[in-house]
Amino acid sequence: MSDAFLELQQVTVRLPISGELRTVLHDVSFRIAPGEAVGLVGESGSGKSMTARAVARLLPPGAESSGTVLFAGNDVAALKGAALRAFRAEVAVVFQDPRAHINPVRTIGDFMTEALRTNHDVSRADAAAKAVSLLAEVGIADGQRRLEQHPHELSGGLLQRVMIATALLTEPKLLLADEPTTALDVTTQSDVMAILDELRRERGMSMLFITHDLELAGAVCDRTAVMYAGQLVEERTSSALHDDPLHPYTAGLVGARPRIDGDVVRLSAIPGRPRSAFEAPAGCAFNDRCVHVVDDCVASRPALEPLDGGSVRCHRAVELRGRLQEGAAHG
Amino acid sequence: MADEPLLDVVALRKEFGAHVAVDDVSFQIAEGGSLAIVGESGSGKTTIAKMITGLLAPTSGTIRACGHDRSRPAKGAAERRRRGGEVQIVFQDPYSSLDPRQSGAAAIDEVLALHRGGSADERRDRVAELGALVGLDDRQLHALPRALSGGQRQRVAIARALAAEPRLLILDESVAALDVSIQAQVLNLLADVRAETGISYLLISHDLAVVRQITDDVIVMRNGQVVERGATREVLDAPQHEYTQLLRASVPAPGWTPTRRA
Repeated sequence: MSDAFLELQQVTVRLPISGELRTVLHDVSFRIAPGEAVGLVGESGSGKSMTARAVARLLPPGAESSGTVLFAGNDVAALKGAALRAFRAEVAVVFQDPRAHINPVRTIGDFMTEALRTNHDVSRADAAAKAVSLLAEVGIADGQRRLEQHPHELSGGLLQRVMIATALLTEPKLLLADEPTTALDVTTQSDVMAILDELRRERGMSMLFITHDLELAGAVCDRTAVMYAGQLVEERTSSALHDDPLHPYTAGLVGARPRIDGDVVRLSAIPGRPRSAFEAPAGCAFNDRCVHVVDDCVASRPALEPLDGGSVRCHRAVELRGRLQEGAAHG
Repeated sequence: MADEPLLDVVALRKEFGAHVAVDDVSFQIAEGGSLAIVGESGSGKTTIAKMITGLLAPTSGTIRACGHDRSRPAKGAAERRRRGGEVQIVFQDPYSSLDPRQSGAAAIDEVLALHRGGSADERRDRVAELGALVGLDDRQLHALPRALSGGQRQRVAIARALAAEPRLLILDESVAALDVSIQAQVLNLLADVRAETGISYLLISHDLAVVRQITDDVIVMRNGQVVERGATREVLDAPQHEYTQLLRASVPAPGWTPTRRA
């Protein structure tokens, strides 16, 4: 297919954990079209952040990976020199905790304009002017004053808006947003998400949006993929994923979250705890927590198969289709 | 006496220098009730929890719990212990609230020995009972915190708080750091414990869906002041104050779209 802008083909990543190489991502494949927003949802250890790092070529030292990441048709692993720098300008990353990703002793202005001045030969004054105009776009009116401030003088919400403005300065074509609003208050989250969504649409930017919140992903993403134990277990349009989940784990996530409206019902908690890829049992990685488990699920690992316009990794997906939401409510 | 609320907070105020963190806050919790304090960072909700547990002294106002005044620091060990037996707290982060060198069983036993007494055998039985109540098996109870997941650690923290048999349990963002599937387990557990023991909860939270799940009443705070109060369902379904409306509108749900504030 030629419409894929970012494409992951069977990406597997192993990391050195307590002295041995362990699998943290297993056989991850998906694609993002130009201008499309895709959500990546999962719990801790599911591999969602590691997927973004694999895309951005920011894997930790000692990581071993196989499979292919294609960006605009080029193999990301093979990029060198100028091509790699161009890739870095076209793929921007926004992380969860802005304070951990900004130098506390440099000014906001230094931080925002560094990439432009060093990699794009833009003069200091031009870079500052561009920074001020982007700060205005993310709702920070007094940009000139902010450029002279240090990170500790800004609140978390303000600082995250600075991070988003900075990410957009090099006019990227793909934004990797890793839990960008998780550390923020709920009203600030709404504000920051609205800004992110608006700027993304205006610029026709693609986005990989990583979150633990299925509802949040649904609000700003065309499609959502669910990860469990380092694997993609389901990937569909966001509304279908929420209303009619195909994988028991997706249904479990929907049923485990308390509702903001309607009657209070007992939550259908998924038994056990989330697994990392290297802790997952043989066969289906979810088989030790799944209420629908049968012998097949223990015997062999299901493949990610197309179903109902999306894809799902479950032996019983066809048989359980349409029954999971009901099961979630009563389970 | 029978009509006195379990917790009675009147005109509570806390100043830090020129900053007023909590400004004239009053509320009550009846025996067996469950109240949430909702607000964002800086609203003063955690400062209130600290004053009730005695970790901070109020600038003015009174706090009465279980029929005893606790507005001022406890005089002596006996009073401090009595207060500990009345109100316990579970903090947000189970990674920093447990002693890394102490197993869950030892932590629970220490509280039992201090507050309930009994022989070593009796305490061992009670540790097992509390473990069963929060869903920890024997192996998990005797493991050090580093061998446990976040959800398991939070269960230890809840069991440790329940060991003192408090009449009021303060839950300060106690489920906020947990994964969704684990959070559901802990919320169900909290509902069960309240149904079984008649304990009261004071939940400090920014998460309106969690608030709806385990509380009957709610107060909404902003900048140290109460802006709205009422039955949890009514406040969430028909918020009156514009700040509560903003909070409610900011919760992602099916069909929700984020909005820019300005």
